Amino acid sequence: MATGHFKQGIAGGRLSPEQYADNFSDLHPPLDHHEALVESDRCYFCYDAPCMNACPTSIDIPLFIRQIATGNPIGSAKTIFDQNILGGMCARVCPTETLCEEVCVREVAEGKPVQIGRLQRYATDVAMAQNKQFYPRAASTGKTVAVVGAGPAGLAAAHRLARHGHDVTILEARPKAGGLNEYGIAAYKSIDNFAQAEVDYVTSIGGIDIQNGKALGRDYQLSDLIRNYDAVFLGMGLGGVNALRADGEEAQGVTNAVEFIAELRQASDLASLPVGRRVVVIGGGMTAIDAAVQSKLLGAEEVTICYRRGQEHMNASAFEQDLAAANGVTIRHWLQPKRVIAEGGKVSAIELEYTAMKGEKLVGTGERLTLTADQVFKAIGQSFIPSALNGSGASFALEAGRIKVDADGRTSLANVWAGGDCIFGGDDLTVSAVAQGRDAAESIHRALTSNGRA
Amino acid sequence: MADIRNNFVGIKSPNPFWLASAPPTDKAYNVIRAFRAGWGGVVWKTLGEEGPPVVNVNGPRYGAIWGADRRLLGLNNIELITDRALQVNLREIKQVKKDWPDRAIVVSLMVPCEEHAWKAILPVVEETEADGIELNFGCPHGMSERGMGAAVGQVPEYIEMVVRWCKANTRMPVITKLTPNITDVRKPARAALAGGTDAVSLINTINSITGVNLDSFAPEPTIDGKGSHGGYCGPAVKPIAMNMVAEIARDPETHGLPISGIGGITTWRDAAEFMALGAGNVQVCTAAMTYGFKIVQEMIAGLENWMDEKGHASLDDIIGRATPNVTDWQYLNLNYIAKAHIDQEACIKCGRCHIACEDTSHQAITNMVDGVRHFEVIEAECVGCNLCVNVCPVENCITMEPLAVGVMDQRTGKPVSPVYANWTTHPNNPMAKVAAE
Repeated sequence: MATGHFKQGIAGGRLSPEQYADNFSDLHPPLDHHEALVESDRCYFCYDAPCMNACPTSIDIPLFIRQIATGNPIGSAKTIFDQNILGGMCARVCPTETLCEEVCVREVAEGKPVQIGRLQRYATDVAMAQNKQFYPRAASTGKTVAVVGAGPAGLAAAHRLARHGHDVTILEARPKAGGLNEYGIAAYKSIDNFAQAEVDYVTSIGGIDIQNGKALGRDYQLSDLIRNYDAVFLGMGLGGVNALRADGEEAQGVTNAVEFIAELRQASDLASLPVGRRVVVIGGGMTAIDAAVQSKLLGAEEVTICYRRGQEHMNASAFEQDLAAANGVTIRHWLQPKRVIAEGGKVSAIELEYTAMKGEKLVGTGERLTLTADQVFKAIGQSFIPSALNGSGASFALEAGRIKVDADGRTSLANVWAGGDCIFGGDDLTVSAVAQGRDAAESIHRALTSNGRA
Repeated sequence: MADIRNNFVGIKSPNPFWLASAPPTDKAYNVIRAFRAGWGGVVWKTLGEEGPPVVNVNGPRYGAIWGADRRLLGLNNIELITDRALQVNLREIKQVKKDWPDRAIVVSLMVPCEEHAWKAILPVVEETEADGIELNFGCPHGMSERGMGAAVGQVPEYIEMVVRWCKANTRMPVITKLTPNITDVRKPARAALAGGTDAVSLINTINSITGVNLDSFAPEPTIDGKGSHGGYCGPAVKPIAMNMVAEIARDPETHGLPISGIGGITTWRDAAEFMALGAGNVQVCTAAMTYGFKIVQEMIAGLENWMDEKGHASLDDIIGRATPNVTDWQYLNLNYIAKAHIDQEACIKCGRCHIACEDTSHQAITNMVDGVRHFEVIEAECVGCNLCVNVCPVENCITMEPLAVGVMDQRTGKPVSPVYANWTTHPNNPMAKVAAE
């Protein structure tokens, strides 16, 4: 009977404790003081800086880097938090290679951008280590706002609302706040329980009451919130996982990648976390990469990502794809799942079909391939479940299955705003959710104060 | 939050950061942009007397030196005073002051060294409601060939005379801007004080050639094959400027004379250093010319954060705080003993400390110990010169550690004395004031 690394089926304890610790250490270790100074010195302090324009939260990047360079990391952190109160997490999880760093003039000129993400982490770490709070609350307005979901959008909205003196109640379905920062990010991007530390940092402003275990549609209705609060912000993210549409996907060992990632983040002992010996991940986005890489790091012998289109169509950035490859994950393109093969109810292989573009349309070629697998992860996207909004008593406008909002984040319902992954038109990024939450909060503030004081 | 409002000889500004008289303050367009960015004040680029304005060269006006990464370290220029009509400047100054009453506007002036010329210009400047005037006795190129600028600033008697004329003919505060192109900056400062100046500002730019083109054998910047010495400024001149500020601040004759510090100020820290040495506020030019007006945001936030962190409530808490600690060499404590210490964890083993010490100093750093590449200080040889600290590429890897009183100095074989003793009393000094024990 094989043990450890080569255990058949889905099993834990594939590695030594040291290997787990090493595999799940910080992906991008923090810059030390000297490294931060040297890196900040590379910034040209560009005018109308491309990096700043590429940031969904419009952080004044040249200014915060200059403040690091001049020995003022606290001022630097304030420059970041002024625009993005979750700047600490964004420094860790932003795909900077497709945002600020992609357009850094030094990336364009030399292929070597200023390491903006790591510098942002340096400055925010300094401020958070001192629990330096920059924003006093305004005098209480007596207005109350309900926020659904304690993810990046909800936290950013809550902080901005609290700053303006409103009283915020966050209703969060899960046992912990943080949303995808807590449950949906690869463990090596957010070590040392950073997501909870950030929640504490953000809510230190006061006036934010987080109630866990409160799910919309289960424990309360939207109509309750509209009745009991002056305004409502919806930031509940995406509750559904798209199906494979392959025969036999109900077999044991076919798992949602997001659940696997969440379980891993919550695991107190990584060795207890079972993973297959041969893992196949279906999908082409960040979730697919996170699930595949972490499977490998947990000791899976063989991990293959199968994506139904070409490399150039993958949502995962080139950096993420390289990260997967560097960790020994095989990425295969132009393959779609057809059938999950099970033995005794447990997955033993997956049958895929080669695909090709026929004109504008993706079609199966008829040629099949079977990969041995004892675990299959579904990572082909998440969907918004609108049923939770039922009971609102009014029609709720959706667009392409997500909540429709205007430029201010207003939904079709009076006094209800929304932001983050649950709205249409977003890009499923933490940093965009923060921007949407922040901007919706400003809109709510304008609405509440003008209505209240007119 | 620290209060960084500034009151310099009665001229108030929301912060101590003024733009120096230079191209960035030549016209309303630039000055308004500066005020929008947050600058506390400006010294408007130097006005000359009524009449046809000066002309500038039409080739390069600036030269520079850079670090390896093109970081601009020093800039020089051969631009003259404003080449716009006097009346245009006066009109703009008046309008901008009206629109920005909380910001300081000081007008730099340079007219021929004759009383009637100054008498003519002072009332028209006064009429703009500007907050004060700065006498440009510093400009080292072009105007000095015509008997103005540094040509006045290099002759203390002229400085005193012109300052006196100005004080007699205007109610506006007079700031006298000094040239560094002299041997002892205290002499012109004393002369300005004798003439009744309200303050001095320094330094103006330093005569310089930034480079030579080795194909054309012409100095840079080159105008049709020739070059002229220009005024040097930027980060490279900061140490020179700080010394001159300190010399005036600690001179018994000029002590207490308000100083506006100028010279390579690029960050909040530079400004804080100038102010600690005795500057009542600071003026900036090259940093703005390199990075744009927005850098003032870094300066403001940085100064405030530092003051908050250290518990300094207002600028008065920092201005001149370092002045008493600037002294003459002869008063330095010769019984103070420090030794270099190399942090082996931080050492990257480049060997620069060793070779600097071995070749050029005191042979006090190893390069090999027990056959292994290893750099450590030989305390019996170390004189505490600090060269290794300065050449080490790793910050805080090598530090100077003072020896505690009573500890044996392995170099001299004597314990560290608790007594302060300087050269004036040293037995080797033939002029010693007090006999040694």
